Formats: sequence, structure tokens, C-alpha cells
Amino acid sequence: MFENILENKKGKKVVLLGNEAIVRGALEAGVNFVSTYPGTPSSEIGNIFYKMYSSGKFKGYFEFSTNEKVAMEAGIGASFSGLKTLVAMKNFGLNVALDALLPFVYTGSKGPTVIIVADDPSCHSSAQSEENSRFLASLAHIPILEPSDPQECKEFVKLGFALSKQFEIPVIVRTTTRVAHQRSLVELNSLSSNKFKGSFQKNPDKFITLPPRVLEMKKELFLKIEKIKSFAEKSDINKSFKGKSGLGIITSGISYLYAKESLARMDLDLGLLKLGFFNPLPVEKIEKFIKSLPGKQKKILILEELEPYLEKEVFILAKKMDCQIEVVGKKKDFEIGELSPDKVDEIIADFAGYKGGKEKKDLSYLTKDLKSSKRAPRLCPGCPYWLVVSAVKKAVDIKKVVFGGEIGCYMLFGSASIKMQDYLFCMGSSVGIGHGIKKAIAGSNDKKLISFVGDSSFFHAGIPPLINAVINKSNPLIIILQNDTTAMTGHQPHPGAFNVQGRIKIEDVVRGCGVKNLKVIDPVNQKEFIETIKKFLKNSEVSVIIVKKQCIQI
Amino acid sequence: MHSDIKSRKKAKPTKKKSVLPKKEKSSDDFSLLIVGTGGQGQITLLNVLAEACLVENFDFRSSELHGLSQRGGSVKVHIRFGKKVNSPLVPKAGADLIISLEMQEALTSFIFSGPETRFLINKKLIPIFSGKSLTEKEVLNVLEKSGNEVYLVPAEEICLEELGNSLVAGIYLISFASFNNLIPLKPESILKAIKKVVPKKFLELNVKAFNLSSKKS
Repeated sequence: MFENILENKKGKKVVLLGNEAIVRGALEAGVNFVSTYPGTPSSEIGNIFYKMYSSGKFKGYFEFSTNEKVAMEAGIGASFSGLKTLVAMKNFGLNVALDALLPFVYTGSKGPTVIIVADDPSCHSSAQSEENSRFLASLAHIPILEPSDPQECKEFVKLGFALSKQFEIPVIVRTTTRVAHQRSLVELNSLSSNKFKGSFQKNPDKFITLPPRVLEMKKELFLKIEKIKSFAEKSDINKSFKGKSGLGIITSGISYLYAKESLARMDLDLGLLKLGFFNPLPVEKIEKFIKSLPGKQKKILILEELEPYLEKEVFILAKKMDCQIEVVGKKKDFEIGELSPDKVDEIIADFAGYKGGKEKKDLSYLTKDLKSSKRAPRLCPGCPYWLVVSAVKKAVDIKKVVFGGEIGCYMLFGSASIKMQDYLFCMGSSVGIGHGIKKAIAGSNDKKLISFVGDSSFFHAGIPPLINAVINKSNPLIIILQNDTTAMTGHQPHPGAFNVQGRIKIEDVVRGCGVKNLKVIDPVNQKEFIETIKKFLKNSEVSVIIVKKQCIQI
Repeated sequence: MHSDIKSRKKAKPTKKKSVLPKKEKSSDDFSLLIVGTGGQGQITLLNVLAEACLVENFDFRSSELHGLSQRGGSVKVHIRFGKKVNSPLVPKAGADLIISLEMQEALTSFIFSGPETRFLINKKLIPIFSGKSLTEKEVLNVLEKSGNEVYLVPAEEICLEELGNSLVAGIYLISFASFNNLIPLKPESILKAIKKVVPKKFLELNVKAFNLSSKKS
């Protein structure tokens, strides 16, 4: 399955998925150390490295870390020891990792470091929020590159390593679902060796972020960013195309591909500037682009997904240049959900006053009156979680119990046919929020609360809230669903997974957290399961049931 | 004995003029959607088509989704190829061909279908467990109303009967599309691609499915 990714023929063209191209880029750059926690749409990066590493085809080091913060910290350690390092995660993972990332941008990297962050506009594979990781530009001052397609995924990862090496700063390559899960032709370059021998040299001045040094570091960081900006001004990953009118479009990422297509479809000859650098922005290049538009009346359209970051930057810039320059963005509605060829057609047609072409009549009017349901995802037939659903429904009146959900296949407990979910947030939160609710409703004894948490989730972020509930004395019933794998994202191992040597027993961890009421159950034993739920719900302390049954897909 | 030709429904070959402006400048590319439910092997089909495009020296872009929504939910894979392709997504009413691995799913792709869109549909109904399903008749009624060219092929049934395996129905269908000029990729390119993409263990079976579809053209 790695044939294409490991093909060592320079100049050969192969079809790669965006995430595969990221792996290929890292291999061509000679990456030594890769750490990640799975999350769609970034999961394939880890899956591929994991399979390559376990079959001896990747000579560097790879790990699935327990969560993204830990993956980031592992990567920082590798970078401080001189290794070429890649850390990959989805947008919510970045939130978890942020605590470690911000100081890392201050200290800078030693071994070149690239961080992949995958956003998911339209939340195809994301609960929680439609997060836009571009906010890091102002929060963390970290360089961010935005590829549009697999070829650029590969090139930008390599450029990221080169930038990181030259300026000693970690670099983010930000993808979105339509880039990470896009397949297209990629021209290959030669592979590099991934073998490594790191060494850590003491350098407190560089690695310790204490005041007052930390503020000097911030100053150094700003200087670096200035230098990288000069680099960005000259970089050919920011491409401009000349047009014939005073109208120009500035865009980046997947929106660039839609823009190219729309312009071709409508046969419009507008200026187009495609930014590969999202941070720092090549301000002079943007100015030059605007000035290069013919005529006196200049009007710029900013085509970007989600919140208007570029739009604000360019607006300020244009006002400084000349108050006559008009900068327009998309309408507020389009800040929700991803852009599409059709939305971009509409935006560009509005912008350019294009009236040509007839409205494209699709067939959906024919299905408007059909009374059929949307085919929603569901638990696999034979999934052990069905046994959890049936036991809980027999043990309690689900209307009288508050159910905490979080991230994993058991999110589907919220579906209309199951209805066992009253809140759903981030990983580990079913326990943390459950504790808060129990504390808040203390005294009203009739309200019981059950928090579901998966095994991978438990290791990821479930342990601190469990300790918190124990030590601050609330009494949720926590049902840990141990299916021995990270099922939802593609069966990656976790510290308690069936295929991990020296796997950690969840019951040992739970006991270690001070939980007195603990039962490990095979959900096939429904009677025992039901009785335990009933009994544990009466407890005045935290109770935990560990439901052990492997995912049927492994 | 069944014959897919008999059960193949060619609903009124349309000679209607298209509302769409005839193939505009950028659309010398071909837009294809493969729709179905999670777990029907769409990614393998996508890989085969990608390789076939490489054989024919076409530019290629596709878009797929992964994650929980693919677990038994509706799945749509966008594929575009041709001399030069910009966007990986098929625009509204822009599909040249829709290959549907399940009958009801064909209707979920109507937003991407215009009057000239052709449908190649696996004659199979998978119930919608989360709510109300449509009957075969209801689906056919809507397809009939569209006036579009529809090929309804019992691919799973044929593959099961003749090869003892229904999992290769998708390969059967894309091969069928090629043999019947529903897709501008030559059968020999598809075969080459199958040989490149399909693991050795299953290759013989897949090649048989390919050959089988040629006989049913």
C-alpha cells in the first residue's frame, strides 16, 4: 500500500492523497521523528507512518502519543536533540497541544520542525466547533503555510522544514478536509535517509522560558518573523496572475482551485494572487499585486473559507495604500461551512458583475417531496456498544438520567434511535462536565448521571477529570468503553490497546486514581451489567464500570 | 436465467436540449460521482480510476471524506479528470456520470445532476435504518421523471451468480461504464489500473469481474 509513497524515482508522477503527499514530503525532507494523535482529517499521516515504522520501512522514529500535547512535547524534545521532526494533528488537537506549542515558538526549534494542523470546514468529521486554526497567526506568531493540493502538500512540508532549519522556528502546514482528502497527481523527488542520532546539548539560554529571558525571546521571535516575511516576499509559493481589469482576487488554500475553475468557467480575465504563506503575509507582494491591476478603480475580492482573516489584513493594507481601493469579502452566511465551486461561482459573479450563462438547473427539485430519511451513520451491526445501550436502557429510565457523551463511535449514542446523550463536547469532557453537573445539582438526589468515555479518550484526557471527581467528591457513574482500539479514526493503537506491548490496564489506572467502586464487565453478561449499573447509581462516590469487548472491526 | 440487459433500464434516451450552456471552456474535463453507503469500497474504485487516468495521461483530482459519517452513512466521492482539472469537487448540476452503488443513494446526488447527467446504478436497496426507506418503485419513478439516461444493472446479483462474490460489483460497474462508453477511459486502461491497484490475493476475481462486464455490454 506504500508503493506510491515509497517510489524512489525522481520525476515520476503518482496519484497521492493530500495526507499521503504530506508523508512523502516529510520522507523526501529526511524526517527522523514523527509523533501524532489521530484525528480526521489528519489521521492517515499517522496511519501510514505507523505501518511503515512497524514493517521496518521507515527508519526514523514514530509514535502514536497519548494526546496531541504529549505528541507536541515529544516532538519538541526530538527537535531540541537536533532531529528533523514532524508532529501531526487535527484542529482540536491543536487546542490540546497549545500549551506546549506557544513556548516552543519562543524558544524556536533546533532540529527543523513541521507541525501539520488539519481543519475541517463544514465539520464533515468533527463535532465540537468549526474551528479555524489560522487564529494561531496572531496568537502564536508561528509561520503558517497553506497548500491547495497534494503536490503543494508535499512541497510545503519540505519548504516548512527548510524554513525551520534556516530560521530555527517551528512551521505549521495547515490543511483543510478538501486538501487533506484530495487525490491528485504528484511529481516525486528523491527520498532521503531518515536514520538518526540525536544529541541534547545543554543550552539554558535557548530552552528555558523564564522571565526576563522569555521577553527577550519574544523580541527575537519578532525579528525572526520579520526575516521570514522578507523570505515570503520573494517566495514563489505566492503566485500572481495578471488580469485585464481593475478587479483582482486574493486567495489561498482550496479556495484558489475553486477560483481558477470559476474564472475559467465564466471566461473572466481577473487578476489573481494565490498566497502560499498565510503567516507572515507577504505584504509588499500584495501591494504590488494591487498596484499592478490596470486602471485607477481597483477592487479586490478576498476569497477565503470561514472567518475573514485575510480580508481584514488586506483591508487595512489597502486603506494605508490608497483610500480608493475597495476590498470586499464574502457574505456573512459563507463564514459558516466550507466554500464550494458553486458558492465561489456566486461570489465571483457578484464581484465581477457577471451576468452570462444560464442558471444551472439541477435535478434536486424532483426529490423534494420524497418522504425518505437521511442515511445517518450508525454503530456497526455487532458493535459491542449495542450491548451497552441495551443494558443501560434496561437498568434505568433514560428520561431520568443525564448522559454525558464525548468523542468516539459512542457519539452515536446521541442518535434519534438511542437518545442517550445530553451534552457532547471535547475528549475527556463527559467526565469533567459530569462532575460539574453533579456538584451543581447536589441535593436533588433523583437525578443520576452517567458519563461515557472511550478507552483511547480516557488515556487522552479522561484521567485528570476522573481524579478531580474523586478528590472533589462528586458521584457520577463513569462507563469506560474499552474496545481495545481507537476505532472511529481507523483503529490506531492506544496505551491500553490489544496490539500494544506492555499495555496498560485501565482498571489499574482507575484504582490508582482513588476510585473505590469499580467493576470490569463483559457486556455479554447483561444481567450482571444491569445490576451493577443500578447498584452503582446509588453510590455517593464516583463509580466506574469498565466495559471490555473488542471492536468487531479488529 | 437473468440478463442484465433485460433488467437494465434505459429510461427514454434523452434527446432533449440541455439547459446548461454546452460544455464551456473549462469543462473539457469529465465529472464523475461515485455514491453509495459507507463500506462499499468506494476508495478502491477511486484508486483504480486514478490509475486508469494516469495510463491515459489525464490530469486527475478527487475528493473523499473519512471518519464517523462514513460508518454506514451516505458516501460521495467526487472525481474529475481530463486535460486540465482545477477543482476536485463536481459543481451543482455538473456531473457527467453518476455511479451509484445503491439505488436510493442515486437520488441523494440529484443536486449534482443536470439533464445530461447519466446514471449507472447498482440494482440494490440497502434499507435506511435511521428512518424511512424508499421502495424500488419509488426510486424508479423519480428517475423516470428526470428523463435522464439511466442504466440499472444488478451488478451484485450478476457477480454473485457468476463469480460467487458480490464484493466486486463496484469493479464490475466501472468496467461496465468503460465498455459502454459511459466514461472516457478505455477498458484496457481500466484493466491495467485494476492490476496495479488490487492486491494480488483478489486480483483474479477482480479481473474476472472486469471481463464479465464486457460480455454484458
